[in-house]
Amino acid sequence: MMTAAELPVRDRSRSVLQTGIVDADVHNMYPAPGALVPYLSQRWARHLETIGLRTTVPYRDNATTFFKLAPAISRRDAWPPGGGLPGSDLAFLREQLLDGVNVRWGVLNFLTSLEDQLNEEWAAAMARAMNDWQIAEWLDPEPRLRASIVVQAQNPELAVAEIERLGGHPGFVQVLMPNRTAEPLGRRKHWPIFEAAERHGLTIGMHTNDSWRIPPNSGWYSYYLEDHTLLSGTTQSQLASLVLGGVFERFPGLRVVCIEGGFAWMPALMQRLDAVWRRLGDEIPDVVRPPSEYLREQVWVTTQPMEEPARPRQLLDVIEQMGADRIMFATDYPHWDSDDPVHAFPLKLPHDIETMIFRDNAARLYGFPIEEDTGV
Amino acid sequence: MSRHVVARTDELADGERKIVEIEGRSIGLFRVGDAWYAVRNTCPHQSGPLCRGYLTGLLESDGPGEFRYSRRGEMLRCPWHGWEFDLRTGQSWVDPTRLRVRHYETTVEPGSALLTGTPPVAPGQRVPGPYTAETYEVSVDHDYVVIEF
Amino acid sequence: MSAPTDARTEQSAPPTTGAVDVDVHHDLAAVEELFPYLDAHWRDYVVERGLPGFDTNYYPQASPMSVRPDLLRPDGPPPATDPATVAADVLDRTGSSTAILNCLYGVQPMQNEYLAAALSSALNDWQRERWLAVDPRLRASIVVPTQNAELAAREIDRTAADGAFVQVLMFVRDRMQLGKRFFWPIYEAAERHGLPIAVHPFGSFNHPNTPAGWASTYIEEYVAQAQLFHAQVVSIVCQGVLARFPELRFVLLESGASWLPPLMWRFDKDWKGLRHDTPWVDRAPSDLIRRHFRLATAPLDVEGPDGLLRLIDQLGSDEMLLYSSDYPHHHHDPGVGSVLGLPDDLRQKVLSGNARALYPLDRGGHR
Repeated sequence: MMTAAELPVRDRSRSVLQTGIVDADVHNMYPAPGALVPYLSQRWARHLETIGLRTTVPYRDNATTFFKLAPAISRRDAWPPGGGLPGSDLAFLREQLLDGVNVRWGVLNFLTSLEDQLNEEWAAAMARAMNDWQIAEWLDPEPRLRASIVVQAQNPELAVAEIERLGGHPGFVQVLMPNRTAEPLGRRKHWPIFEAAERHGLTIGMHTNDSWRIPPNSGWYSYYLEDHTLLSGTTQSQLASLVLGGVFERFPGLRVVCIEGGFAWMPALMQRLDAVWRRLGDEIPDVVRPPSEYLREQVWVTTQPMEEPARPRQLLDVIEQMGADRIMFATDYPHWDSDDPVHAFPLKLPHDIETMIFRDNAARLYGFPIEEDTGV
Repeated sequence: MSRHVVARTDELADGERKIVEIEGRSIGLFRVGDAWYAVRNTCPHQSGPLCRGYLTGLLESDGPGEFRYSRRGEMLRCPWHGWEFDLRTGQSWVDPTRLRVRHYETTVEPGSALLTGTPPVAPGQRVPGPYTAETYEVSVDHDYVVIEF
Repeated sequence: MSAPTDARTEQSAPPTTGAVDVDVHHDLAAVEELFPYLDAHWRDYVVERGLPGFDTNYYPQASPMSVRPDLLRPDGPPPATDPATVAADVLDRTGSSTAILNCLYGVQPMQNEYLAAALSSALNDWQRERWLAVDPRLRASIVVPTQNAELAAREIDRTAADGAFVQVLMFVRDRMQLGKRFFWPIYEAAERHGLPIAVHPFGSFNHPNTPAGWASTYIEEYVAQAQLFHAQVVSIVCQGVLARFPELRFVLLESGASWLPPLMWRFDKDWKGLRHDTPWVDRAPSDLIRRHFRLATAPLDVEGPDGLLRLIDQLGSDEMLLYSSDYPHHHHDPGVGSVLGLPDDLRQKVLSGNARALYPLDRGGHR
């Protein structure tokens, strides 16, 4: 149990940090995969017990072949005192996150290895179980939490069925998709998922992930330092695929949230996309506007892990360049690289920008009512 | 400056720590061998609870593939982002000149000295301890860790 | 600050007078041009199998990016194949004092490393006799068979004695990440001869071309070259190349440049927590990048001179950018417009000063 003196100093009265923020990336977890058994049919419960979740690396207990910083990739202070994995104990998550840093609304992104489950029925059964488990164990008991629908995107038909099943549930605000994929998300095979998300008013949350079925663009690296640094590049390539693949043009109501890929690269990416499009755009005549226009309208980014330039002012420059209205604060609780809302930004943000990034942008996107009494 | 008796030396084994509160500040006390280190329990990066982090050694290298590992247990890694701090100095490894955690001098003193120091503490007298609601009974039979605060 | 953005404007007045152009491409009209430089076995190998040559499809032939429209001369030689024409285009018409030729012929993608080694030697001899010998203002990069780093190093040793070879050329896509020890003999040789390593887009297609899988379209593949540069910079730093070869420099050609600062910011932060995998990275990665990496200016992916000033500020160094035309490619952002809008001293550094500090240009061209 933390003592009061251990809690970071939070002295920003009159700020949304005091009155309540939106956390756009919170990771819930089961204590153990067996927690899903009540939500699986007999067949699939047996499958879980006998085969389990397959990974694409030949280890039983490691999800990758290069090794991460900390157990469960988590903050060492996030292990629930009562046992279980970080993020698995709602009471402790309330204490450490929701109450601890004034989170008024939190969006759960339950990370799975479903993209590596190539038995498609199994993956779909697990997705259903995971979503039902989220409803029963997270959304029903905690009104401050909303969740992303977990799908297995490899089979869009089954993914769409899951979106149809849950799209009307008020607890779900987003469809969670991986950004490390075997095929870029802009590919036409994924479009039914975007169509369903658009129809239900759900955002697509594109979250960084581990999937090692295909090698990275330049071959395998050796170290987590390489992997983690390069996650932002994967996000950029996926955005290029979505916009150049015509997804935003075809689905103008679609809204995509890039989660955990950082954001400081956005102005450079926009510049590059527009310039290349002016020269090579004939190849993709369906993309009728400069790519940056689609990105400005239909893409949101979360802040964590915050880029930290040696001169903090440069970060504010980037925010001013790209516009603050598409940036949403996220903690990534309980992972090791999570950001603390008070200390994450290396400089004091102007008040209006702070309010947008820490609350209003996400509240508008996800439809969370902003209560006036929490306003400033 | 104030002096605070925060632990009996036999209270912590090698590699163990305890987190104490002095004048409203959370402080981590670490025992490494027979050395005692005290640092502020707040990471200067994002204010994480530094003293709940992992203790590791000093890792240096003479070139790719070369690993020189020393001072095992003297480097404290923040439980959040893994930044390393030297328990001896409070300096961060990655930016030693600009980034450091507040660290405090510690001394080990026999109970007898505490009881006869200035001002002297009479045998059996209670000395303010590490927790606000707790006090330490100093006895001549034991040694104590004192933080200079 | 009006920025000339098309090729004709660039040519009408030569504001690039005295510049060092670090990325100019030249080409073979036909594979037979190499025959005088290949031994009989490899000549017969190519002929017997009817191999049409090893022209690369990095730039689709009729794509609007592949050739500047003013270089399509109906009655002239194919673009970039005639030394006198290229010299006139890149030097006489622009005022540039020096141009570095980077040969994109398809040596590295083939699986036969011995044919690759023979072709590399042939191409270097061809470069020397057909190009460097006709104009002392020309310099070239050494073509190496990266399939076999030992043979590649041997080729560097054989070629570097000629002072007109000022660089070793590699590609952003290869069989493995460029930081891996597999390639270190190349770096050892380059450092020993005081030659930087240039890294050019495309190369060997051994892995998906984006970190999210194979791209659908050329435009998507082209945009994603930047993410390949991300991966190689991170690899070269993390694997310890710069610790092992402290005098080695890398020149990133045609990478876009403006992607680098945000990557440095993320890389530095991650290194602070994750450095235990790579303790030989004993300072912030951005410090190493500033010291060891250079970026060519075509394209820049910035908005005009102000954008370029911001980029230089973000990089934290005014010594990293090297002027390039990327002749004959018709770039989406030639970069030169932004460069010419810089304040005098900065412009001078980018146009020539930084390149002169980097390359052994004083070893002399031919004649």
